[in-house]
Amino acid sequence: MNAPQYDKPLPDITPLTRPFWDGLRHHHLVLQTCGHCHKVRHYPRPVCDQCYSMDCEWVPGSGHGKLHSWTVNHHPFHFAFKRESPFVTVTVDLDEGVRMQAPLRGADARMLRIGMAVELIFEDVTPELTLPAFKLV
Amino acid sequence: MSIRDQACVTGIGETRYTRETTRSQAELAFEAALAAIADAGLTPKDIDGVVPYVMGGVIAEDFVTNFGLPDLRYSALTPMGGASSVAALQNAALAVAGGLANHVLITLGRGALSTGRITDRIGQMPQFRLVGEFEMPMGTVAPAQFYAPMARRHMELYGTTSEQLGEIAVTFRKHAQLHDNAMMHKPMTLADHQASRMIADPLRLYDCCLESAGAAAVVISRADMARDLRQPPIYIGGVAEGHPDSPSTITQRPDICRIGLAKAAPKAFAMAGVTHQDIDVAEIYDCFTYIVLCQLEDMGFCAKGEGGAFVQGGRIALGGELPVNTHGGLLSQAHIAGMNHIVELTRQLRGQAGARQVANAEVGLVTGYGDLGDGSIAIMHK
Repeated sequence: MNAPQYDKPLPDITPLTRPFWDGLRHHHLVLQTCGHCHKVRHYPRPVCDQCYSMDCEWVPGSGHGKLHSWTVNHHPFHFAFKRESPFVTVTVDLDEGVRMQAPLRGADARMLRIGMAVELIFEDVTPELTLPAFKLV
Repeated sequence: MSIRDQACVTGIGETRYTRETTRSQAELAFEAALAAIADAGLTPKDIDGVVPYVMGGVIAEDFVTNFGLPDLRYSALTPMGGASSVAALQNAALAVAGGLANHVLITLGRGALSTGRITDRIGQMPQFRLVGEFEMPMGTVAPAQFYAPMARRHMELYGTTSEQLGEIAVTFRKHAQLHDNAMMHKPMTLADHQASRMIADPLRLYDCCLESAGAAAVVISRADMARDLRQPPIYIGGVAEGHPDSPSTITQRPDICRIGLAKAAPKAFAMAGVTHQDIDVAEIYDCFTYIVLCQLEDMGFCAKGEGGAFVQGGRIALGGELPVNTHGGLLSQAHIAGMNHIVELTRQLRGQAGARQVANAEVGLVTGYGDLGDGSIAIMHK
């Protein structure tokens, strides 16, 4: 194991959020839904804001969505992102009605427009951690 | 019952504002606090309430220890980032109106780079827990990056331009040049703004606030005790705080171009019994140029989407229809987390702003904006 040590910020995964991260590790998007009224909620949290149930289930997400907004990160702020700057980060309306934010791969920000279709991809960054990213459809 | 006009700003104090310091945040806060107490014509023994800054390295009891306060009977915290200072006005006004205290001290000291970079500091804060787990691992680690998608969407939906954001930066720089305690006196043109490097598109370097060391403080007094003090009392006519939907992550917010101030502003205007046309001067929280534009819209000075046109043509400059950030703001005076905005509004309404004085300023407002969209507003008058 001579791979360089992973030096980017790591998510502080809790029992509450573990299913989401385990899903990514297996290259599946899973989303938390209310066990009572089935409202999808993201980011994961303990209580449904619609019916106040604390029961939850995890259901597959399509990984499809549309561009809501974006930025191009020129100043990295964290040293570990310096080598890939500038990079594009997109905010995406998932088809399930919640949003995700992740890097957009393989596209020039100048061509982006609100509503463009994107698809989730998976990036294995350590043996234990897979991060989400998007590509244009 | 309303707390309208039940509380007054009676004292203001500031340290010199610098880029770095060897002094502690506590020492800076004490210096500004003593200046504010003296400005009011009070002594530390008169202070019976303290609302310090959550992230300022001091707690209320430190003022008992250092100033010998004989009877601290009210203390609170307002953990709303840059909205904390103006939210503290609401807190202090309630305390004095409710008879819990007579003179409440509000302080804010910051050490800037001397206490670590913002990126390192926010990683430790509970309000950034969701962002920490779901956004920071992919490189969204700093406020400029959190807010950039709000500005980008505003541009895409409404045609707002970088030049319009630049107008805000250039205007505040001109104002800072008239203030001897401003960090940035170097002139800035719109061309300078457009040539400044991109930080998080569409936010350029000159769309971003300074990092500063220094402290500011104010004393809030019960209105009936304020009239005989050293300075003319400045009344808090209306005050409110507001939290956006999805307050802990912008990504999940139904409308990312609308912030907590949109909920707070109508309440503050109604409490004060004034309209937008009555506002002579506005000190608006300006961590980024776009945040000023968004707040002008969310307060109702113009419709959503019209902020870009609103800030053009000198409207927000001294001599314009609505002078904004007459001290230079966080962008060009110093980043004292908006306590410097409260100090400046008080000076304007007292008629003590010197070369920056807005003629006949009688009614003004000050806003705060913090963390991921918390808002606060106070409408004050002579």
